Amino acid sequence: MLMKTDDDTLALAAAQGDAVAFATLIERQYDRLFRLCFRLTGSRAEAEDLTQDICAALPAKLRGFRAEASFTTWLYRLCVNAAHDRRRRAATHAKAASGWGAWEINRRAANEDTEEARDWLEQAMRALPSDLRDTLALVLDDVTHAQAGDILGVSEGTISWRISQAKKHLSALRKEDTA
Amino acid sequence: MTDDLNDLKKLLDQATPAPDPARRAENIALAQKNFADLQGSRDGPRLTSDRPQKGLTSGVRNMLNTLTSRAGLTASTAIVAVGLVFLSPLGDDILPRGAEVAFEPAALSDVAEQAPVSRKSVPQALEAAPAVQMEMVSGDVAVTAGTPAPSASMVVPDAPLEQLQPNAESFANADSNPVHVTTETPVSTFSIDVDTASYAFVRNALTNGQMPPQDAVRVEEMINYFPYDYPAPTDGAAFQPSVTLAQTPWNPDTQLLHIGIQGALPELADRPPLNLVFLIDTSGSMNQPNKLPLLKQSFRLMLGQLRPQDEVSIVTYAGSAGQVLAPTPASERGTILSALDALGAGGATAGQAGLQQAYATAAAMADEGEVSRVILATDGDFNVGLSDPQALKDYIADKRDSGTYLSVLGFGRGNLDDATMQALAQNGNGQAAYIDTLSEAQKVLVDQLSGALFPIADDVKIQVEFNPATVAEYRLIGYETRALKREDFNNDKVDAGDIGAGHQVTAIYEVTPTGSPAILNDDLRYSTGTTASDRTSDELAFLRMRYKAPGAADSTLIETPVSADITDTAGFASAIAGFGQLLRGSSYLGNWSFADAIALATETKGSDPFGYRAEAITLMRLAQSLSAQ
Repeated sequence: MLMKTDDDTLALAAAQGDAVAFATLIERQYDRLFRLCFRLTGSRAEAEDLTQDICAALPAKLRGFRAEASFTTWLYRLCVNAAHDRRRRAATHAKAASGWGAWEINRRAANEDTEEARDWLEQAMRALPSDLRDTLALVLDDVTHAQAGDILGVSEGTISWRISQAKKHLSALRKEDTA
Repeated sequence: MTDDLNDLKKLLDQATPAPDPARRAENIALAQKNFADLQGSRDGPRLTSDRPQKGLTSGVRNMLNTLTSRAGLTASTAIVAVGLVFLSPLGDDILPRGAEVAFEPAALSDVAEQAPVSRKSVPQALEAAPAVQMEMVSGDVAVTAGTPAPSASMVVPDAPLEQLQPNAESFANADSNPVHVTTETPVSTFSIDVDTASYAFVRNALTNGQMPPQDAVRVEEMINYFPYDYPAPTDGAAFQPSVTLAQTPWNPDTQLLHIGIQGALPELADRPPLNLVFLIDTSGSMNQPNKLPLLKQSFRLMLGQLRPQDEVSIVTYAGSAGQVLAPTPASERGTILSALDALGAGGATAGQAGLQQAYATAAAMADEGEVSRVILATDGDFNVGLSDPQALKDYIADKRDSGTYLSVLGFGRGNLDDATMQALAQNGNGQAAYIDTLSEAQKVLVDQLSGALFPIADDVKIQVEFNPATVAEYRLIGYETRALKREDFNNDKVDAGDIGAGHQVTAIYEVTPTGSPAILNDDLRYSTGTTASDRTSDELAFLRMRYKAPGAADSTLIETPVSADITDTAGFASAIAGFGQLLRGSSYLGNWSFADAIALATETKGSDPFGYRAEAITLMRLAQSLSAQ
């Protein structure tokens, strides 16, 4: 029987400066992290960037890890917050950039091009309000409603309500699509 | 989950791409680099934490706190885009530290705090843009703020400002003892070692899912971690050696010579009053759950074992050394506990200043017939003053003659300096233990308190002379850091390890009998094989031990011949010896594996009242799994 040290123990060790523990941890969690980032952003390029942001900031953040929540929950929370942050920054950016130089306009045009290339699923996900999308991304990643509530800082009931809202949105979208 | 959601989940699972391997490797490397930088920079704030809080960094903090998003937006789109370039990965320390939940929706600070790294294309744009660079230096924390191109991203440069060691741990060890040919070097001399720190390291590493560094494994300390069933000394002797010979588990053609020493355990009621000086490291690095808080709990446990006539004093060392608790009788528990609880971590580590004060305090407390001991509790980082282990060693060796003993308790991981700990304890006539859990504190400070605190024999040296007629080759397992020169055995000036009340010490030799197929060294062509003994003794070896009564200047000699008959079967100690050698990557074990160690340990576990042996078997299983990866 192979014994594996659990993520929480590794994370605590890493929080105290154990480089090997950190290496093990990041190697183990990267794919999961990327998957969630993809679901939160709905685009591969965005997901790669978001994952990179998180990887860069993770060592500093990890110093505050005290195992009050499980590491996975903690990481998901970090991930969701980073995604929010990115969206908000993009919005601020868009606002600030209107009327800005040609460089910015070109950059945004390039973004719009890639947006058009996205398929139905990504569009469906993106059409959802961001809170519903976050909730859905977590729940579809096999996170329980209670855990998702914990990660997003809302009650379990709110999660269930959001899921039903998301379903309504999606079925409406599907009707539109098939109509 | 309804069908709709299931469908969606399926779709999503299909749509989720695998992460790009190149980006994956890049991102992981980035995370590790930032992690390593962060470890290096950890010493930085500690050195400057005594400085006034108002500084350049807090200036940045204030600026960011007062700057609202609206003000920022109207001021300049360039600032909105947060052209704050952190060349240091210390963003976390510089900016307002939120709770553990990062990325809280503060207008600007969170962007900086998150310190994301732009994609490869953006830095080029950044470089092209005119940037006003402003450098602020506080201690060795350097922050560079500028107003670069409108990008929401920040750049962490490839090269950190200073290249720092990712992990500051260092271990004392030497190459494994080689096989000696009896005709060439018939005599083996070493000092006993009652430390157990290495075992706790190994345990800590394995339970964290890593193989311990080979240098962290000192086999003798692993063997000596466990209590064995040795006969107790009789008629007032300080200790009782017991010698057995058993078949080697990993080699059918060799034998294990097992030397066990049991120290006398005087009646606790008879023990002399004790003066304890707790010398506690309160540097910033101690501020972690498994350091200062664990230390407080450990000492609280220990306090219950002291008697009213014992005295306790607490000296701390950080930016400045200071006496926190004047010598107080152990009966005043409340006073001692409140002094202990008031300890807080912060400041730099000035080990030596604290050490001087602790020794001065101990000297002031000493009375005729009392035992004085300084108990140094640290994460092993002496970065101010005498940081050279050799210089510290000399200082302690100097103080050793004053009659004050020194024990070293190591806490935490990350910058634990095992070499310094070993140097201190070995030269302070003391014991080094590594406390990683409260149960380890229980073992070291409560169950074995008397041993840790009351010496019964000083400078215990062991010399084994092997008989070339019966032994072709021999090898001492462990004790690499404790080797003595042959002539030092009889020199009472040469320091060696000490045995405390009830301590046990085990040393194991692997011996190859003459004529065994396991002999590694061929006979020499130009010198005759057995020159040494015409007295055709059938003894295996001759064991000599020297020790001094505590405080005495002259040593006593104990001598005993060792018979060549196999008297025992390989026991738990052999399993641990094998385990330790496996962890060190020893070349003498052939195909013997962790599985064999587990089998032998399980079979010879015997009664295990404290569960130490069961724990060792768990560690062996962990090591087996980890080494299979």
